[in-house]
Amino acid sequence: MTTPERPDVIDRPSESGSATNGTAADTPAPVSESAGHGPARRMDVIDLNAGFGERTIIEGINLKVEPNAVTALIGPSGCGKSTLLRCLNAMHRTATNAFVSGEILLDGVDINARGVDPVLVRRRVGMVFQRPNPFPTMSIYDNVAAGLRLTSGTRAGRHKFDDTVERALRQADLWAEVKDRLRTMGGALSGGQQQRLCIARALAVEPEVLLMDEPCSALDPISTAKIEETIMSLRERYTIVIVTHNMQQAARVSDTTAFMTILEAGQPGALVETGPTSSIFDTPSNEVTGAYVSGRFG
Amino acid sequence: MATTDTLHGGGPLAPALRRRHRRDRSMTWVLTALMVGIGALLVWILVYVALKGINALNWGFLTDTPPGNPSDAGGGFVNGIIGSFEIVGMATLLSLPLGIGCAIYLNQYATGRVAAVLRLVTDVMLGIPTIVTGAFVYALWVVEFGFSGFAGAFALALVMVPLIVRATEEMLRLVPRDIREASLALGVTQSRTIMSVLLPTARAGIITGVMLAIARAMGETAPLLLTTLGNDLFVETNPGQRMSTLSLQIFGSATGGFVNAQNRAWAGALTLIAIVLALTIIARLVARTSAVRR
Repeated sequence: MTTPERPDVIDRPSESGSATNGTAADTPAPVSESAGHGPARRMDVIDLNAGFGERTIIEGINLKVEPNAVTALIGPSGCGKSTLLRCLNAMHRTATNAFVSGEILLDGVDINARGVDPVLVRRRVGMVFQRPNPFPTMSIYDNVAAGLRLTSGTRAGRHKFDDTVERALRQADLWAEVKDRLRTMGGALSGGQQQRLCIARALAVEPEVLLMDEPCSALDPISTAKIEETIMSLRERYTIVIVTHNMQQAARVSDTTAFMTILEAGQPGALVETGPTSSIFDTPSNEVTGAYVSGRFG
Repeated sequence: MATTDTLHGGGPLAPALRRRHRRDRSMTWVLTALMVGIGALLVWILVYVALKGINALNWGFLTDTPPGNPSDAGGGFVNGIIGSFEIVGMATLLSLPLGIGCAIYLNQYATGRVAAVLRLVTDVMLGIPTIVTGAFVYALWVVEFGFSGFAGAFALALVMVPLIVRATEEMLRLVPRDIREASLALGVTQSRTIMSVLLPTARAGIITGVMLAIARAMGETAPLLLTTLGNDLFVETNPGQRMSTLSLQIFGSATGGFVNAQNRAWAGALTLIAIVLALTIIARLVARTSAVRR
């Protein structure tokens, strides 16, 4: 569990994303198919510390992210939920001074191990950000196709990604609204549509895990409802981790909830309790969790 | 009612409020006047140059070299026009990759002290008087190999690089971090993110910055005096030889003391402004169409 003995599947330089793992017969869950066509992946966080320079943001995090389920990270502002999420696709490491210790296993492979290319990790662990961030110079079509186009070495034709774009936009529940104007700029859409465009963009590369960092916090209730529907329909195919400030949202969409908080002022954020969403909200075993979910925090 | 009264300008806050309104009006007036003044100055320069220059500007001006005797009328600056395009063109080819590359490095890769030192270096380069740049190239190159178009292009590139670095870096810095992260999160490499996401997003601003650098180089005279020297006799297209440029010819003709030469200098100035304006408009159009077409 701690050290993967099999060769890292993620450090393969193959551009196709078909990270063919050592096809040893004893491999429990072969990571052999092209990214995304296989089953959703599990992630295990073990004794994770992360932060910037001298400052530790999160400490001693242990979390199991189950495949084909939605895991919600809840907790007060500043407790390190986003940092934890950004560790899961090695995005945290792109910041200057950032450090990570401990293990983050994607199907048993530590994504921070030597020789593992974070770029290839991110092709399998997609991310949707808090604020909608479509590429401003690209059309709706090109935004969705961007992941495929920019990760393939060749110059692709104008219509090469038609099928993928349609599939991703349908999955993100945006197809009906934009199918007649795919070549117009993505930035011209409404905020909610832009966020669904970003979800489609993340889905187009067929990741196995989808990370969502407060995807609805900049949106109105109707757009939020649409995105929550999208999340629930995506659960069948993907492993989803969602950070949210909205506890009703966590209760609505997630199967598992992890509660993070800062236990003492000045201390790094810690994960207090993880469990099935219903029990976290109804019968939390930790009193801090209970105080938070019932609104009596502090 | 008291509230209605307040809304109509009464109440205890009224004097302070009236003062604010007065100050607002007067400041608006001052700023408008400044703007009109600067605009008028610009128009004045343009109109003055145009009126002075239009006399000597004719087809011959764009196709002939200056007359052998500078006091004669007629002739033109064709050798300078060709020289300007050639030398500034070479300087652009030299400084563009260098400047944009340096800006990308500063913005994406350099951290802490390295970045601070690099920024300081570009700032110092920006502040160096161009006559000093010319003297530097003179000592380094011209003393050894003689006056040439290449030496002039090198000197102009030294003037242009810090301008391009500064403009490009500012524009790259304006690209939201979100956009960069969105690309990285898709599993796009950093180099591809820079080339396909960051540069296109910042394109319009970068093109404007580069155009400013080119316009600046078009008008530079001092460094060229010390590097390509000038050549009023014939059209020289070989950059290995001393060449003329529009700016050099304007300078030479304007300081010569002959009325006809001075008229040619005015026409040259008008031509220079027209060229820079045309290049800027073309660059704007290119920036706009390429941004929309994708």
